[in-house]
Amino acid sequence: MTTLPSSTRRKLGLVIDLDTCVGCHACVVSCKGWNTENYGAPLSDQDPYGAEPSGTFLNRVHSYEVQPDDGTAQLVHFPKSCLHCDNAPCVTVCPTGASYKRQEDGIVLVNEDTCIGCGLCAWACPYGAREMDAAAKVMKKCTLCVDRIYNENLPEVDRVPACVRTCPSNARHFGDLADPDSDVSQLVAARGGMDLMPEQGTAPVNKYLPPRLKDRLDRTEEIDVLAPFLAPVTDQPKGFLGWLDKALDKI
Amino acid sequence: MHPAPSIIAFSTLSGLGFGLLFWLGIGMPGSTGLVAFVFFAIAYVLAGGGLIASAFHLGHPERGLLAFTQWRSSWLSREAVCAVATLIIMGLYAVGRVFFAADWFVLGWLGAALSLGTVFTTSMIYTQMKTVPRWYSPLTPALYLTLAIGGGALLAGQVIWALGLLVLASALQLAWWWQGDRAFAASGTTMATATGLGHIGTVRAFEPPHTGPNYLLREMVFVIARKHALKLRIIAFALGYALPLALLLAPFSHWIGLTAVLCHIIGILTSRWLFFAEAEHVVGLYYGKR
Repeated sequence: MTTLPSSTRRKLGLVIDLDTCVGCHACVVSCKGWNTENYGAPLSDQDPYGAEPSGTFLNRVHSYEVQPDDGTAQLVHFPKSCLHCDNAPCVTVCPTGASYKRQEDGIVLVNEDTCIGCGLCAWACPYGAREMDAAAKVMKKCTLCVDRIYNENLPEVDRVPACVRTCPSNARHFGDLADPDSDVSQLVAARGGMDLMPEQGTAPVNKYLPPRLKDRLDRTEEIDVLAPFLAPVTDQPKGFLGWLDKALDKI
Repeated sequence: MHPAPSIIAFSTLSGLGFGLLFWLGIGMPGSTGLVAFVFFAIAYVLAGGGLIASAFHLGHPERGLLAFTQWRSSWLSREAVCAVATLIIMGLYAVGRVFFAADWFVLGWLGAALSLGTVFTTSMIYTQMKTVPRWYSPLTPALYLTLAIGGGALLAGQVIWALGLLVLASALQLAWWWQGDRAFAASGTTMATATGLGHIGTVRAFEPPHTGPNYLLREMVFVIARKHALKLRIIAFALGYALPLALLLAPFSHWIGLTAVLCHIIGILTSRWLFFAEAEHVVGLYYGKR
């Protein structure tokens, strides 16, 4: 049914740390690897070795340059996948009921057997989280690795989404965001986790942790604890340079 | 947004077809027999042909019947239900008109209401898209409905109504363009809110996630021919509104009427092409594009 549940018992989702993400794209690769051979239709590629390769991905990493008013520019790597919104516009637009949000854990999924491939849900998503597979002609999206997280055939350590399991810099965290005591909820509270495009009213479950304040190399005196002990005894040059300085002053 | 030819043809032609069905349903013109048959045939070719064209853009048209199930939440599903209900009700009404010279007016008015409902639900598919600020406006259904009824009046030979409605539609078209050009900025969605990094400084897309194109860029970030938008708007306005209005004011003949209809269709097709080609989806911001 494409009406949204009024509430979900749990809100499984991701917390993505923009401070520690190094932009290695390992999550992209592991996501594609797991999801092309498990839940639903494979994630196809078109012209993969040709001049214009293109393919279906459930997770992509953007990179942004942020230029503060004062100081040097920062580079922020920005992984983006489905945010499993509480108020998911992609679900309600679906004409067939293929798109749905689960009441038990809040995961947004597509039933690929009833998807007619109209593409309306991808239009409704502001985040670009849904991609129509060009080979299977059905809508693909992040399943939060629903076939891993409850899979008792896997060792417990692997029962998290593939992207979280593979992240080498611990920038991705998985958990229940409805539980205020969960690790992810505490992380969000401690680091000021934020919603993307809050004005769109989608109420995303996934949160992003903003980059921490950077050191300012042009203001090292403010943070240099040794500076008082290393105060220069003179700021006048000595020897030949001292003579040159005085000579040039007199000209 | 990517202007799929099937969707442009569908929304233009079926809009006209359902507009004509509206006028036939309320008995204007109240013709019977062969003349009524020709009128209904034109309406069904336009409305039904448009519906069939729209099925071409589906990935799995063979599952199309499922699209009738989610009318409680989905405007696309409501459109499918409305369209089929209209075609069935008006089909029965047409039987009365063509074969029995009868005016089963209850069916006719019901069919007319459903015709307008179909056009309205079509327009709401686009209007509901908060992600496309240009469409997210009450002016969108107003324009769709006025165009359908006005174009329908043109086809139904209701010259006075066609004149008034086309004048109104042209004003709505200009208002829609005017508000659409400001809608993205007014929506408040920017690269800063998209990335949540605006509190640090000015955000610029540094590197996209991939070197090639993808579905999102092809579907949502269609930029081809935007540079011709103003010329195309002039063409759309001249052919879709100004020329048909001028022809309607001339002494009536069937050839002039036909020319007016063809001009109108070409103009509205152009305007519908722009409806998609000029529409900017907020996902483009993630790519530093509009």
